[in-house]
Amino acid sequence: MEAADIDPGNISSLQRGARNFMNYCSGCHSAQYVRFNTIGKYLGLSDEQLVDNLMFNAEKTFETIQASMPAADAARWYGTAPPDMSLMARAKGADHIYNFLKGFYLDPDSPTGVDNLILEGTSMPHVLWELQGYQRAIFAEHIVNGVTSNEFEGFEQVTSGSMDAEDYDAFVRDTVNFLAYIAEPIRSERRKLGVWVLMYLIVFLIIAAMLKKQVWKDVK
Amino acid sequence: MARIEAEVGKPQGGFMKWIDDRFPFTETMKYHATEYYASKNFNLWYVFGVLAFVVLAIQLITGIFLTMNYKPDAAQAFASVEYIMRDVEWGWLIRYMHSTGASFFFIVVYLHMFRAMMYGSYKKPRELLWIIGMMIFFVLMAEGFAGYLLPWGQMSYWGAQVIISLFGAIPGIGEGLVEIIRGDYSISDITLNRFFALHVVVLPLSLIGLVFVHIVALHEVGSSNPDGIEIKKNKGPDGVPLDGIAFHPYHTSKDLVAIIVFLMVFSAAVFFAPDMGGYFLEHANFEPANLTATPEHIAPVWYFTPFYAILRAVPDKLWGFILFVLAVLLPVFLPWLDRARVRSIRYRGWIYKTALSVFVVTFLVLGWLGTMPAEPVYVLAARIFSVLYFAFFLLMPYYTTIDKTKPVPDRVVYHD
Repeated sequence: MEAADIDPGNISSLQRGARNFMNYCSGCHSAQYVRFNTIGKYLGLSDEQLVDNLMFNAEKTFETIQASMPAADAARWYGTAPPDMSLMARAKGADHIYNFLKGFYLDPDSPTGVDNLILEGTSMPHVLWELQGYQRAIFAEHIVNGVTSNEFEGFEQVTSGSMDAEDYDAFVRDTVNFLAYIAEPIRSERRKLGVWVLMYLIVFLIIAAMLKKQVWKDVK
Repeated sequence: MARIEAEVGKPQGGFMKWIDDRFPFTETMKYHATEYYASKNFNLWYVFGVLAFVVLAIQLITGIFLTMNYKPDAAQAFASVEYIMRDVEWGWLIRYMHSTGASFFFIVVYLHMFRAMMYGSYKKPRELLWIIGMMIFFVLMAEGFAGYLLPWGQMSYWGAQVIISLFGAIPGIGEGLVEIIRGDYSISDITLNRFFALHVVVLPLSLIGLVFVHIVALHEVGSSNPDGIEIKKNKGPDGVPLDGIAFHPYHTSKDLVAIIVFLMVFSAAVFFAPDMGGYFLEHANFEPANLTATPEHIAPVWYFTPFYAILRAVPDKLWGFILFVLAVLLPVFLPWLDRARVRSIRYRGWIYKTALSVFVVTFLVLGWLGTMPAEPVYVLAARIFSVLYFAFFLLMPYYTTIDKTKPVPDRVVYHD
């Protein structure tokens, strides 16, 4: 598994990730605990920019990100409803999602025509095929201690998409960066606050230590 | 003519008299604080009692604010926690303080209990104090277990499923007992509701009551100290123990320093690592409970893992449960298992020191094994360390008798 190397402080990456998510993911995946105005505030987007660029079905900026596809239909069509993305980065980790989005490969036996290295038998189609193109997974037989196993060797590009490998990688990174942000929007604020709290406590500690020394002066 | 003087129009001095005539305020302050004498040589290990009290206060206060927004309904619980995390002003801080507080409660309580094992704080006349403390520990475990179901995440549901089903191993009453605990034929919304009642009302009230009784019992016999000497045996002409200093202002001012250091460590966790790598807030619990999808690896929260490792080490379901319960109960009998004539490890021989060190390693290794999947190599290791765990207690009457102790001084060892 490659490292996603997310960059939580990179606001333009997060803006691109928000665009990616709304345009490519929110058709099927909701982010039901995330409100547009929360994202807008953090990413420095005005209400108008939110409505024009990110809100396709919602009307008010306080609304949450709902999937366009009705959940009952989704469960019927795909066998299982596409999971909500609000907390996916905290549940599975950014690395998991990053490798998942880069891990689709051609599989003629699959109903969607693809399988995924990270989640075998996934019913998710390769939504980003227009960008990445299609790749083939190369497996090689390894025999270790008499046990035969199929080891993954690498991917081979079969058809190209509109992006080269580097651009697609950046696309996925931005998207995963955004997912990591919505999993815990308060993260950067809590870390900043933590510094102030610790500084306050250090000062308080020094004063309390001086008080203790004074009170205990006469103890032999 | 005798007449009760009505002290009319005299607020100063008279105010305290008015209170004291109606309530034993000054008397209580003296008995429990300003004229309660504890040894002057308390070290770091003596701080965990007051820290446990601080954590209890943190849990109660953050808990109250959480109940204002949490919904104890299977269909709404998970979403209500996210609502607290995202939409309630400062909800995220209250939630993190509560989840971090739960783990810190156990860290502090385990260290508090370890102090008692090092300094023989459970020995006569403090046996009852120790028993009350163990009862607090049992209630705390139930409180943590009930609380963990409330977020209704994958690990909440499946962890509870595993642990509750253990009670089914009890012959005869097992199945019925499990049904009473669950309130239903499987864990459901009904279970969530009753665990909420337990976690928010029954168990906190029990904890508060037991902590009060714990301190009353402590003050009756007086605190011990790192040398295990009874300071009341050496009193000055004024009746004050020579090695004693008043709880207030000496121990209160010292404890304040310890409390602030604790708050710094606590804040570092809350603000910089509330997940603690998946140990305080488990990854699987960020997915809502799915009754049809069992997680790959079900484990209880870290503070239960030593006992869970012992449970899994036993191949039989009933005996696993029995040994699990025994492992938790055995420490209750320490005052009677420990036959040494000295209290503190400072004056014990090499046998006890070795045994206690082995016990510490055993407890930590068992804890780590409890987080691992039940693969053969880990189960084997858990069996070996389970034997060591029980041996520490069951062989104690023997090895504490033959252990060569050192003479205990009359007065405590105190360095400025």
